Amino acid sequence: MATEAELELQRLGTEYKYGFRDPEQYVFKTRKGLDREVVEQISWIKGEPDWMREFRLKALEYFQRRPLPTWGADLSELNFDDIYYYVKPTEKQGRSWDEVPEYIKQTFERLGIPEAERKFLAGVGAQYESEVVYHSLREDLERQGVIFVDMDTAVREYPDLVKQYFGTIIPPNDNKFAALNSAVWSGGSFVYVPEGVRVEIPLQAYFRINAENMGQFERTLIIVEPGGYVHYVEGCTAPIYSTASLHSAVVEIIVKEGARCRYTTIQNWSKNVYNLVTKRAAAYRDATMEWVDGNLGSKVTMKYPAVWLMEPGARGEVLSVAFASDGQHQDAGGKMVHVAPYTSSQIISKSISKGTGRSSYRGLVKVHRGAHHVRANVVCDALLLDEQSRTDTYPYMEIEEEQVSIGHEATVSKVAEEQLFYLQSRGLSEAEAMSMIVNGFIEPITKELPLEYAVELNRLIQLEMEGSVG
Amino acid sequence: MEGSNAMTPEATPLFTIENLHAGIEGKEILRGLDLTVNRGEIHALMGPNGSGKSTLAYVIAGHPNYEVYEGRILYKGENILEMTPDERAKLGLFLAFQYPTAIPGVTVANFLRLAVNSVRKARYGEDKALSPREFRRLMREKLAMLRMDESFATRYLNEGFSGGEKKRAEILQMALLEPEFAILDETDSGLDIDALRTVADGVNALFNPNMAMLIITHYQRVLSYIKPHFVHVMLDGRIVASGGPELAEELEAKGYDWLKAEFAEAAS
Repeated sequence: MATEAELELQRLGTEYKYGFRDPEQYVFKTRKGLDREVVEQISWIKGEPDWMREFRLKALEYFQRRPLPTWGADLSELNFDDIYYYVKPTEKQGRSWDEVPEYIKQTFERLGIPEAERKFLAGVGAQYESEVVYHSLREDLERQGVIFVDMDTAVREYPDLVKQYFGTIIPPNDNKFAALNSAVWSGGSFVYVPEGVRVEIPLQAYFRINAENMGQFERTLIIVEPGGYVHYVEGCTAPIYSTASLHSAVVEIIVKEGARCRYTTIQNWSKNVYNLVTKRAAAYRDATMEWVDGNLGSKVTMKYPAVWLMEPGARGEVLSVAFASDGQHQDAGGKMVHVAPYTSSQIISKSISKGTGRSSYRGLVKVHRGAHHVRANVVCDALLLDEQSRTDTYPYMEIEEEQVSIGHEATVSKVAEEQLFYLQSRGLSEAEAMSMIVNGFIEPITKELPLEYAVELNRLIQLEMEGSVG
Repeated sequence: MEGSNAMTPEATPLFTIENLHAGIEGKEILRGLDLTVNRGEIHALMGPNGSGKSTLAYVIAGHPNYEVYEGRILYKGENILEMTPDERAKLGLFLAFQYPTAIPGVTVANFLRLAVNSVRKARYGEDKALSPREFRRLMREKLAMLRMDESFATRYLNEGFSGGEKKRAEILQMALLEPEFAILDETDSGLDIDALRTVADGVNALFNPNMAMLIITHYQRVLSYIKPHFVHVMLDGRIVASGGPELAEELEAKGYDWLKAEFAEAAS
């Protein structure tokens, strides 16, 4: 049975026939399905060096050998043969505004997203002034020695740096979806922060929207040299309309001695998407790594940002918000792996489930033998909006050392009738009251977001509530 | 305050309850209650625990758990029983809760700005919403009136509030929402004498001849600070005695038992 998304892609395919007349663009996308030939074709289109082609091919073997994980969300409907693994960005922009579903357009409207931006977010065209913003930003960064380019460019222009770190934090054989990404990756960001450099403004993937940053299989690599600082912001709260049903990104981060990195993601994929992401950072002596992760959209999300605490003094933090609406399963959480003594970590997870939505907290705190004087704290709070919605908690702890301090708290609460009545008696509609309660619940995390993201997130939750109530 | 309008007859009373029968989960608590309140009047509703005072407050405000079996509640001549709680609030009804609920993560200021503006838009017109700046100014003014620190506005609504802070926060909301009919449910309970005086001063300052108030209380104490024009005594879901302020004093002196005995006799 063809889904709407697939039909969409088929239409794209037929339209393309006309494009074949342009000799320079004759390879626009690979055929459906995945094998050696497809991977080689991707590498060839990109004009990659041999080592990257070999890396991809090896990853493909791992992908083919590994079984589908069955411990988390239901992935049984995923059909790997029915997916395009590479579509050239210019082709993505070939879709017309008329083809974008009405509900997406309405959401843009109500979020007050500017016209030009809407088209970009919907994957339609991309002539957009932020290109200019990106250019001036890039010049400014270059003066400080900071590199901020898309991953494809990085492979071409900074081969040594890329080769040194690429795939070292998340090896291709780490899990089935990391293997898949390693085989077919395209786009994503490469960020390099030299020693002692503090990047004062958050770097947003958003700035480089003419590059290939919203692909299905993004690959991001961030290196922060000793004493450096960077805040990277990915995604946005507006729904990202995608015709592709599988998104599988890999994000690798290296935070060296005394450096700090914060990685903020707000994702709101359209509700046909499987969003299966591997994110991991290695934090060295006295380094700090913070993941701020918000997941609203998608059909299924599986995402557990991880920090490996490699040397004494390293600190890791995950702040995670998941909102599972009707028909969605958000399986999210975090992982902290304490390899060295005197390291500390904190995971704070807030999930909201509505209607047939289901949210799961899945997390791991692992303390290796010898990693004494570790402090780790896990807090997971779940909020259920109605009788039907569901939440589960899977907090794994593997502690191999005695002298450690581990805390864990979990709460499940329902929106209380008394809270709703109280707010309504002050003139708030049921939907307004509900979204106020939900926004209050996630406030400990939204206050960590850049202001415009926090505001949009709150509005988006309000829209979700208006859809469900009354 | 210029002389009370209490004796001026109005074409339509501001608020009328007719033969109200209501309860919860099939259990009748209010058994045929009648009450009329005009603009410019302060009514006190007294009665022992379990007489149905708070039930009445909830039914008027529209709590979804309470059922109305019979009767009407008319506000400006319109039956409000089919309205949602927010629709009632938007008409100018207000209930100061005996036990206000905590809303974690939501600041007093953010909550009140949304509440005040939805009520203002409904009552005075779409263009009558306050700008963030106007709102801040108004809130500062009302906080000062209730002798509350400005930092109060940045706290999470009712979370970790002391008993006195909760009651003051209720009156702060009333001050900003400018109701025409306000019910104060046991606003005096749990307040020490200084806090009671501050809250009472605030309530008196807010009262005006265009509005009316219903003060629900167990004790006469608060009525020496907020002077009612009428006092009603509620027993077993009905108003069994009504009178002037002297009735409250009589109750204070004699307790509720004499009324209970009288009522039981009359009923038998």
